[in-house]
Formats: sequence, structure tokens, C-alpha cells
Amino acid sequence: MEKANYLSKVIFETLLLFLTWILLTESFALSELVFGFLISLIISLGSANLFTEHGLSHLHPKKFFYFVVYIPYYIYQVIKANIIMAIIVLSPSLPIKPGIVKVKTNLKTDVGKLALANSITLTPGTITMDIDGDELFVHWIVVEDESVEGATKSIVGPFEKFLEEIFS
Amino acid sequence: MSVSVVIGYILMFVGVFFFLVSAIGLLRLPDLYTRMQAATKSTTLGAISSIIGIGLMREDILIKSIILAVFILITAPISGSALIRAAYKAKSPLTNKTVVDKFREKEGE
Repeated sequence: MEKANYLSKVIFETLLLFLTWILLTESFALSELVFGFLISLIISLGSANLFTEHGLSHLHPKKFFYFVVYIPYYIYQVIKANIIMAIIVLSPSLPIKPGIVKVKTNLKTDVGKLALANSITLTPGTITMDIDGDELFVHWIVVEDESVEGATKSIVGPFEKFLEEIFS
Repeated sequence: MSVSVVIGYILMFVGVFFFLVSAIGLLRLPDLYTRMQAATKSTTLGAISSIIGIGLMREDILIKSIILAVFILITAPISGSALIRAAYKAKSPLTNKTVVDKFREKEGE
């Protein structure tokens, strides 16, 4: 993904802020819309370089489709993680085998790595501790595999095929 | 009693149940890292399902409650990661059940 120019970044941030404004005010009166658009534009002109690196290229149809498919999958994984956590906490023998393992990722962009770290944190029994280049250190509550390859396959595997399409 | 109010009550009950699981986990688990796991995951899902449940009961705040839930879903894991890394750098002890610690090699100790 190449770096976008300033105009594309401003348009992208204005669109997002304006959409949030409409959802929060829940009205389509002309004065509301004009005022919200002006506010969004002024904020975007000041903060576009901090807000995004790739601008409008995030709205590419294929990336957007994978993003929409990713949301229900992510919510399913969060619910599954909580049920597993409840089983561990409520069982009398407390079946834990904690440890800190190292996993590798193929994602290049910072936003992609952030999305991967957040996804790992809210899924079964794992929490991200640190990112160093292409290595992530993950605390795992029931260690199944201590090697880098095995841990990568079972922790990162489910998410990476989605996130590579979204943030490639 | 409309259908959405019943679903709202069910979601609030589920949220409160996961808050309870989180509290029991804080009491039972042995060290800071495993407790962080229980706290981060269960409180996130508990907060989200409680907020969306309230939104379903009061139709006029449904959209705002969904936006709130999305912000919580995005930001809660970041605070969990920051806290657990800070605890490791402050040398909080790992439980004696721990099987592997790959983070120490990077810290150079």
C-alpha cells in the first residue's frame, strides 16, 4: 500500500467524521448537516496527517468487503473466548498452564499490526504484551505449543488471512 | 412487553453474568497476568452487552449505544496490553505454574 497525498487523507477523514456526526445527531435538517460538514472539514484540515497514512485507498471495494465479513467473525471469536474463560474460572480444578510465547506476523503496516494485536487480545486465552518488528510476544493462559511456528499457526492463523486482505 | 425489551433484558443479564465471571476470576487466579486476562476479556463483553441491552429497551438511544459499544471494543484491549507490559517491566512475579517465558530473552536479563 503506497502513501496517499494530503487531499485524499482530508477527504477520507471528513467522510468518517461526517458519518459519525449524522449518526449522533440523528437528524437530517439542513442547518445540522451544513454545520456538521464544516466542523468535520476544519478538524480534518488540521489532523489528516496524524489520522491516516493511506487515505481513500482504505475504501477499495475488495478491502471493504473483507472488512464487513471480518466484523461478525470477530464478534463470534469474542463470545467464544468469554465462554472458554468462564469455563476455566468456574471449574474447581482451575486448569491453567500459563506462559509467554513468541509469534511471527507477515503484516507490514502499523494499523494492520494494531488490528492484529487487538484481535489476539480479545480471543481465547491470549493477550498481546509487546510488538517488536515482525514479532509479537503473547501471554497464553493454556500453552499448547511452545515453538514459534506452532504458536503462530494456532494464535495468528485465523485472523491473518482476513487482515492481509484488508491492510495489504 | 415488546420483543426488543425482552431481548434487552436477556442481554443485560448476560452482561452481568460476565462481570460476575470477571470478579470470580480476579479472586481465584494466581498471578497478575492471568488476572489481567480475565479482567480484559470478560469486562469488555459485559460492558458491550449491557449497553446494547439498554439501547434495545429505549429505542431513542439505540444508535448512540451501538457507537459506544464499538468505541469500547476498540479501546479496551489497548489498555489491557499497556497494563500487562508495564507489569512485566516492573518485574511482577510469574506464577510457579508457568511453563515458558520467551519475553525474557528480548529484555536481556
